[in-house]
Amino acid sequence: MANRRLDEATGTETVGHEWDGIEELDTPMPRWWLWTFFATVVFAVGYAIAYPAWPLVEKGTEGVLGWTSRGEFAREMQHERDGRAALMAQLTATPIERLADDPELMRAAVAGGRAAFKVNCVQCHGSGAAGSAGYPNLNDDDWLWGGDLKTIEYTLLHGIRQPGEDTTRTSLMPAFGGALSSEQIGQVADHVLSFSGKAKDNAAGAQLFADNCAACHGPAGTGNRELGAPNLADAIWLYGGTSESIAQQIRQPRHGVMPAWQHRLDPVTIRMLAAYVHSLGGGEQFVEVAANAADQADEQR
Amino acid sequence: MSSVEQIAPERPTKLFAKRQSVHPRRIDGPFRRFKWLVMFVTLAIYYGTPWLRWDRGPYAPDQAVLIDLANQRFYMFGIEIWPHEFYFVAGLLIMAGIGLFLVTSAVGRAWCGYSCPQTVWTDLFQHVDRFVDGDRNARMRLDAAPWSAGKAARRAFKWTIYLVIAFWTGGAWIMYFADAPTLTRDFWNGDAASVAYGTVAVLTATTFWLGGFMREQVCIYMCPWPRIQGALIDEKSLIVTYKDWRGEPRGSVKKAEKDPGAFGDCIDCNLCVAVCPTGYDIRKGPDVACITCSLCIDACDRVMKEVGRPRGLIDYATLEDCRHEAAGGQPRPAWRTLLRPRTVIYFTIWAGIGLALLFALGTRTHLGISVEPDRNPSFMLLSDGSVRNAYTVKLRNMQSRPRALQLELEGIPAAEMWTDDMPRQEAARKIVREIPPDTTLPLRVYVIAPPGSPPQAFGFAATTQGERPERAASETRFEAPENER
Repeated sequence: MANRRLDEATGTETVGHEWDGIEELDTPMPRWWLWTFFATVVFAVGYAIAYPAWPLVEKGTEGVLGWTSRGEFAREMQHERDGRAALMAQLTATPIERLADDPELMRAAVAGGRAAFKVNCVQCHGSGAAGSAGYPNLNDDDWLWGGDLKTIEYTLLHGIRQPGEDTTRTSLMPAFGGALSSEQIGQVADHVLSFSGKAKDNAAGAQLFADNCAACHGPAGTGNRELGAPNLADAIWLYGGTSESIAQQIRQPRHGVMPAWQHRLDPVTIRMLAAYVHSLGGGEQFVEVAANAADQADEQR
Repeated sequence: MSSVEQIAPERPTKLFAKRQSVHPRRIDGPFRRFKWLVMFVTLAIYYGTPWLRWDRGPYAPDQAVLIDLANQRFYMFGIEIWPHEFYFVAGLLIMAGIGLFLVTSAVGRAWCGYSCPQTVWTDLFQHVDRFVDGDRNARMRLDAAPWSAGKAARRAFKWTIYLVIAFWTGGAWIMYFADAPTLTRDFWNGDAASVAYGTVAVLTATTFWLGGFMREQVCIYMCPWPRIQGALIDEKSLIVTYKDWRGEPRGSVKKAEKDPGAFGDCIDCNLCVAVCPTGYDIRKGPDVACITCSLCIDACDRVMKEVGRPRGLIDYATLEDCRHEAAGGQPRPAWRTLLRPRTVIYFTIWAGIGLALLFALGTRTHLGISVEPDRNPSFMLLSDGSVRNAYTVKLRNMQSRPRALQLELEGIPAAEMWTDDMPRQEAARKIVREIPPDTTLPLRVYVIAPPGSPPQAFGFAATTQGERPERAASETRFEAPENER
């Protein structure tokens, strides 16, 4: 031990070290301070017994209270679920086309859908739902199958061209690579571009279009939602709007597949997803169509 | 003399030091009366403020000072602060800090001595001691006395008074965060939030413990402020000083009569130590334990008057004055220490911030708009070739009455907008929305421009409808394909 001595001025012992002539008094702690320190030591021991603390080879000590952060997390999640139960029940009970009548419910559905979209949909449609070539943009106002809440929900539930799914939406554009020559395909592509004013009309293309394409896409190329036939007269192109990409689509069409989500997600999540997609800016108004005229007449009476 | 054998074996260093109880004696004098006044005013402000009412109409609370955490509002008389205006509170805190620097550099530890909550409540509790147990000597006797029924009863009575004061103090605190009369009723009915009970419990416990028992130890061991003050005080700051060149050597009146000229003015009566709330002997010089409450000045002046010597043996003085006086100079008036570059600079900064805050307060609007454009995707091509951008527009009505706001597009002449709560067919350049009082209305706004519109800057402007129109605008950008054909 170093040179401990009594300091004459204060009567207190020094700690015995000297730093460039400066010495430190070994002033005793105030009693309460020391007791506070002892209390923290006791608390630490108690804490280590009560809570998981000591890492062992396989796993740590569990603590006599049985508390774990995972358990805490599970409780919090359950608490969240319980808190949302009423809302979820309301979402389950409300037909999707009636969601808009309750703005509060709609807002909740959109918020839930936004979260579910980030997990399930961004892989194909992008985080901003803007899609890319072959993957539809969900923000715009062009819908192959319709853009009201109910139609979107149906698409989500049953998918598009989902193999093994009876109710899935299917449309197949025939490949014209064998039936039409390259020149003819070019003429048809030009005619298609002329619908939206991007190319000059040509008589040969018009004739070929009337013969081969108009049945599905309509004489003016405006498409047919019943068949999922794209509108060729607007500014939006799923596989690109150049003459070459249109020609390619005529020669050897590509068809995307949208999975049917009803086997993977619960109906409420799908409903919320539909509400979110509808809210992106291109959603359409739901128009109620009575199943038959007699029902409508009944309702009116 | 410094060697190992100096360590006295019969005096081993103890692990802890027992607290020496402090039993300050009652004293009267100008500083004591000033301390009473400060104590009365500060406690009245603390306990009374939440009960002041302020009529804000039917849509806002009627409490003059209210920190409404739940709704993120801060009400202070006619001023209402929103979270984004928190710089007002930050500014006030900075002013409080610089004000503390200003006061400390001018008149020393006035904060510690008079208005620090620890000082005020300790003082209050010491008066309770005096009320229950009597003055210094009676208290010391009672402290030393063995436990008896009488002592226990006195202690129980005293601690009950402590507890009532502590509870009242804790209870007053929560009144700042909710409507005071309602909260009082809820509190006693058991309907208040658990955080209210928890806060009252914690503050009651800390007031009881820190004011009733820890007292000067808070100032000496716990509080960092006395340490910081060392850097704020200089030789021109007023501090409480013992004028040793006048007082030393000490000697009683009798001794001085026997041997005139051999003794100083200090008669070593120890009254300055007896009245000190921290038990410090100011004659040892400036120290963290001296909170400059000046009760020792009152005590010493009284004694000097009795023995017929001039007052001011212990007095407010600057270290510079001390040297000057010790060298035989005349005492200088205290006010001269107040005006010097350091205090003037502190005051200028302090007042500058204050004026800036007042200016900001006077010119602020009660209407706010913030626009956040969608970045993913940044623009959208629609089927007819037109370009659509989406924005989150937040309209803030910072008045406690509902107002109609007109949102208007400024720029992009052919553009129109619609919001998510209206059909696209009704798109227009102006949209009117009713905004509830004291609310932020978030709107998702779609702006649509004809095909071929270039990317450009434009703005949203919000104008209140009706009397005294207010206007707020925000610039943003419209994104579009750069080289569309």
